[in-house]
Amino acid sequence: MLRFIVKRLLSAVLTLVAVSIVSFLMFFALPRDPVSGMCPKNCNPERLERVRQELGLRDPKHEQYLAYMKGIFTGRDLGSSQGGRCDAPCLGYSYVNSEAVTDTFSRVLPVTLSIVIPAAIIWLVLGVGLGMISALRKGTVLDRAAIGFALTGASMQLYFVGAVLQLVFIYTLKILPVPHYTPLLQNPLDWAGGLVLAWFALAFLFSAIYARLSRAQMLETLSEDFIRTARAKGLSKGRVYGRHALRAAITPIVTIAGLDVGGALGGTVITETTFGLQGLGRTAVDAVRSGDLPTIMATVLVSAAFIVVANIIVDLLYALIDPRVRLR
Amino acid sequence: MSTTELASRSPGRLAWMRLRRNRVAMISAYTLIVFGMLAVGAPLIEMLYGIGPQQQFQHKLNSFGMPLGYAGGISGEHWFGLEPGLGRDIFIRMIYGMRTSLFIALAAAIVTTVIGVVLGIVAGYLGGKIDAVISWIIDLALAMPFLIFALAVVPTIALRFYGPREEVPTSFRVAVLILVFAVFGWTGTARLVRGQVISLREREFIEAARACGAGLGHILFRELLPNLWAPILVTFSLAVPSYVTGEAALSFLGIGITEPTPDFGAMIFRSLSYLQTDPAYVFFPGVTICALVLAFNLFGDGLRDALDPKSGA
Repeated sequence: MLRFIVKRLLSAVLTLVAVSIVSFLMFFALPRDPVSGMCPKNCNPERLERVRQELGLRDPKHEQYLAYMKGIFTGRDLGSSQGGRCDAPCLGYSYVNSEAVTDTFSRVLPVTLSIVIPAAIIWLVLGVGLGMISALRKGTVLDRAAIGFALTGASMQLYFVGAVLQLVFIYTLKILPVPHYTPLLQNPLDWAGGLVLAWFALAFLFSAIYARLSRAQMLETLSEDFIRTARAKGLSKGRVYGRHALRAAITPIVTIAGLDVGGALGGTVITETTFGLQGLGRTAVDAVRSGDLPTIMATVLVSAAFIVVANIIVDLLYALIDPRVRLR
Repeated sequence: MSTTELASRSPGRLAWMRLRRNRVAMISAYTLIVFGMLAVGAPLIEMLYGIGPQQQFQHKLNSFGMPLGYAGGISGEHWFGLEPGLGRDIFIRMIYGMRTSLFIALAAAIVTTVIGVVLGIVAGYLGGKIDAVISWIIDLALAMPFLIFALAVVPTIALRFYGPREEVPTSFRVAVLILVFAVFGWTGTARLVRGQVISLREREFIEAARACGAGLGHILFRELLPNLWAPILVTFSLAVPSYVTGEAALSFLGIGITEPTPDFGAMIFRSLSYLQTDPAYVFFPGVTICALVLAFNLFGDGLRDALDPKSGA
């Protein structure tokens, strides 16, 4: 088990390093002049030159990269115009927002978390539940309805679903406020009220995929011998389905759920744009529009990190649920 | 003659017969043909309809820029109404939008499938170091957050070739979109093909080909490839709708196709600001893109059931 974990962690670190190199080259080596987009107002040649110096753009590429990575782990000095000392997880300084990227992130990350985590709970419960029920009631009206739901949901677009939900609940029925973010601890009710549409829009699309997947998994599991054996032993239906079948059918879903949640945490770009919520994804879009390279670079890194970490967690969970994995 | 009829029942023909019997798949296929014809025949439709995609009808808007009449200005002349603000005809813009969308999606699906199949076959058959490298690249590409990465890369590439204030031509934007999809999209196909090849390469017919002295190219593309066309066809047909939505998503975020070129994603993004005042404007492009994607998905499912009857749950 320990060997498995170490091996897994090493390959994850390697992936993260590769992602960081690729994105670093992409954003600092590709543009003709990465600086011109960074100070939109009062940009004279002197100021531009100073920015270049402070960003270290005159240094060789690999030194720039190492300095950036060093900043993430130990912090670094960025120079007076970049707010001076930048502490440990230093992701650079944004000239557009006039603050350290870490500060921006600590403000927007809670928004993305507040959207994704409740939505993930809804879509897992709804999707897996629906899939299981439709597998157990195969061929009935209920099953057909669930399949129909899964097919339509899988073809829907978030911006369209989001628009329809907003139109119905905010502008027509007027039972919900315009989407906004209030910190959970400040006012839980307002927090939920402002985000509930985003949760359901996101959960609707995802639960369709999960319903389909868990239905197929459950059907496959139900046709296996150990289920028949369990039933033949005289175990009740509820016990066989709930304990034996569910556990076997749910393992592949854990993998996909982990990856989806990890990916979503890295920025639910479309959801945040549709509902006008300022999370990580929306911040990335704004950064792209204003050419704010340090923020873009940091968003890519952070969202890749979410995916990689989700991957590790999934693998470890998998090893816990299914002992065969550890032997490989 | 019954004997020839039995003899002509090749696997391909059997699959075709199963597909023909699947009513949902056939309806989707006809829907797709209609969509395809609308897209291809866009200039002809423009001629018959008598309105161009850039033509503005400001006199049919009220002083707030809202279309006169009901449901966003629907009339015999403007079938789907007018855009608020600019007063362009929604129907003809959607026809042209479909053209852009389908072109990009098909091109991206073809490019990614070719790359994925070639790399997948090579990795699966050769194994060893080459396989390790290709598999690692696949894992790496899966760790990249696609939307955020595309968001960051597309403007950067545009900036590389055009200055920050220059106009980027639509053809260049289309090429960049296809490129981005190609870079990220081939991994799924490659992974699938690789898995299939690994199980095929130990079979007797490959051994026989090798024993006869067949070259690498012959084994890869003459022996292995014909056995893979079923899964390739299915992934291809399911890849197209995912690029339709991917393109719309990028254009929705303002980095794909931009105004004034007609496009679904850009149209829906514009329409969101009129959600409260002119819901019909959101409705038409939204429903059309859902119908398009649904038809592709249903057809892809039908195709999979027809090619691999066991997979149908």
